[in-house]
Amino acid sequence: MTRLSDPLPDATDAPSGAEPTLSELFATSTLDGAVTGFACAQLARFAEDPRPVVWIQDRLSRREAGRPCIAGLPRGLKLLYVRANRPVDVLWSMEESLYSDGICAVIAEVWGDPAVLDFTATKRIALRAEARATPALLLRRAATANLSAARLRWRIGALPALPDPYDARAPGVPQWQAELFRARSRAPGTWVAQPADGALSLTHPVAAQAPQRATA
Amino acid sequence: MDVVDESRALRSAQASSGDQGPSPRTGLSRALTALQQVESTWAHRAPCETPGSRQDSTPLFPAAPIQHADHIQGATADPDQRKDGQDVPSRTKTARDPLSRRIVSLVFEDLPMARWLRWAEGRQDAPPEDLPVVLATEGPHGPVVHATNRAGALQGIIPGARVVDIRALCPQIRVEPADPEGDRATLRRLSFWARRWCPWTAPDGEDGLVLDTTGSAHLWGGEAAMLREIEGRFSLLGLSTRLAMAPTHGAAWALARYGPVRTVATPDTLAQATAPLPTRALRLDAETVLLLQRLGLKTVGDLCAVPRASLARRFATTALPQNPLARLDQLQGRLPEPVSAETEPPSFAVQARLAEPVQDPAPHLPDLCTDLCAALEQAGFGARRLTIAVYRTDGEVSRITAATARPTRDPAHLMRLWGDRLERIDPGFGFDLITLEANEAEDLARVQTRLDGRADESAARAKLIDRLVARLGHAAVQIPAPRPRHMPDRAEHWLPAMSGLAPDTGTLPAPARPVTLFDSPEEIRVLYAVPEGPPAQFVWRRQTQRITRFAGPERIAPEWWTDCPGTRLRDYYRIEAQSGHRLWIYRDGVLGDDRGETPRWFVHGCFA
Repeated sequence: MTRLSDPLPDATDAPSGAEPTLSELFATSTLDGAVTGFACAQLARFAEDPRPVVWIQDRLSRREAGRPCIAGLPRGLKLLYVRANRPVDVLWSMEESLYSDGICAVIAEVWGDPAVLDFTATKRIALRAEARATPALLLRRAATANLSAARLRWRIGALPALPDPYDARAPGVPQWQAELFRARSRAPGTWVAQPADGALSLTHPVAAQAPQRATA
Repeated sequence: MDVVDESRALRSAQASSGDQGPSPRTGLSRALTALQQVESTWAHRAPCETPGSRQDSTPLFPAAPIQHADHIQGATADPDQRKDGQDVPSRTKTARDPLSRRIVSLVFEDLPMARWLRWAEGRQDAPPEDLPVVLATEGPHGPVVHATNRAGALQGIIPGARVVDIRALCPQIRVEPADPEGDRATLRRLSFWARRWCPWTAPDGEDGLVLDTTGSAHLWGGEAAMLREIEGRFSLLGLSTRLAMAPTHGAAWALARYGPVRTVATPDTLAQATAPLPTRALRLDAETVLLLQRLGLKTVGDLCAVPRASLARRFATTALPQNPLARLDQLQGRLPEPVSAETEPPSFAVQARLAEPVQDPAPHLPDLCTDLCAALEQAGFGARRLTIAVYRTDGEVSRITAATARPTRDPAHLMRLWGDRLERIDPGFGFDLITLEANEAEDLARVQTRLDGRADESAARAKLIDRLVARLGHAAVQIPAPRPRHMPDRAEHWLPAMSGLAPDTGTLPAPARPVTLFDSPEEIRVLYAVPEGPPAQFVWRRQTQRITRFAGPERIAPEWWTDCPGTRLRDYYRIEAQSGHRLWIYRDGVLGDDRGETPRWFVHGCFA
């Protein structure tokens, strides 16, 4: 289990929402929706926005991780769903979406380590997202953290949920272990994260140690 | 069809030459309409003559029956004139004569079936000729026959019969869904196509056309020759027709459906030709026909013999389909019934003729897009579907189509829609003609930009959808639409984003749902099944998961009105495994529900 560090670093500088740039979110396991839940919690503040979130999936991601279920997403979040066949189409759709004023954020899922997802491609998307001030989240499953220009790189794993206050046998609010292993102008760290209403809350930092990986 | 192509070519030539005015045909009909309005005002204001101008207009533009002031009077107010109304009013050779029009009514005998057969042939799915086929629509008590083919008609199948009854009579019958909307759209297109014979055409009911051919028969060699020409042209399209020509719409309608083949009724022979027709030919509803039959009035001639006053006394206040007197007046020209022809939707096309064959169309596209957008702007339209056609020197034509989510006439946006798809054109030895056509155009009014200077978000979103669809295809870009269903995979419906419906996520079910759902649930192997509640341990994707906590069951029953019999209910559990994975699993059925073997377990989604 996670061990809390004794001298708590200041948790206020932890990034709690999706920043208007390219973030990469790596899943430690392909068997759960922790990384999707973490991304949705980051985007929950766009629920009131009339503009949609563009959600792009390649074929393998759709088959292995499932398609988004709107009833389980933050209430009020509007989707524009794009089903791409190849990873290159995912990247093209991301960049094309980031040209538009009519959207509030982009979530893209890419399975594995395709050759097209290199430093140049991520740099293009990162610059484009920063020029538009639009968050772009790249969800990567079964992937290794290769060279990338993403400004924030997370590694997300599932932790046991908080107990349900009304049912002792049931899982309650989900918890994730969020390891920020690369960030520009910010110290990396590891936190225990959970969704609060309308945002992501990083409740407490975890000691800098080898991250607790789920068996994947 | 060749005339259609010529006219399209003519229009495209006009558009390319910068002349964006209306097409000559619509221009002619507009002029006619304007002239008619002028004449009708004369007719109402001054019953006495203005002979000079009318004489001028007589040979080309005779007036419609509506302008006959005497008959408007006679039909509405004057009781004296009603008494002798059963005689055909004395005709003069002026343009206001109500019987001076020449109306062609045309009825298709098997339009729905002909359409379906052509569609089936396109899919290599056409049935043999001796197999009865019916097209069915939904009736209040199950499907009802809408149309049948020749083999079905020989078996005695009539439209309106219930499909279950027909199946009992001939079990080998093939039942296909009918498409009344498509038939209506086809009829509308055919009515525009029929403007090759005369400028005023309109759909007439569900299966017919009406053509006002006044003054245009001599162009086709006389009236009888014109009818033969119309029938022949439609038979070349594979449509069998019955048609008739008469001075009024009502008479033409009656003669086409109940008269001899290709009847031509002149004002003199009108009464004689329509007298033997049954009263159904008066476009009355079935109850009124039955009533007239009980009164002993079986033909139009019988009805004419009844004194007008007694008919008026009985039917004065009824609506038109129940009013034999008004229908009779329409047939005999005492009550005006002008053909109201719809204006043909404008078509926009530009072209670039090149002096030398070129290999790359890209340098010519900006000019074409600018020209097309100028044409659209002048007419107040925006393009929804665009086609680039490239004519190669060796005769090949290749086309690329793009669609837009909402009407647009922004040249820069149109340019971006093509993207790299132009490279898919095989130039061969080069091409010398490029056309850009807006296949579908919609009204697009000028809109005020926002005063705070921000971009219009919905317009930006529509443009994004256009570009995504242009590259990834129509089905790849979707928006969710929640539906009031309990089954989780049916509770949301994914619509193509092009359909433009605003997603409404306001009414969502309350129970907890996963963030991702699998398209098809994945079966898991349960090691220790517990009779009540979820299993203690299971294997999914070759990994063993031990359940530590769970919530449920949430029992969702199958939809008996949709699902096939034997579908089992589902008990959903929200579980958390020891590794922290939170999943949504369900048991398909319960033990002892007499619906199969031991229930199986599936994973349907992942929680956050």
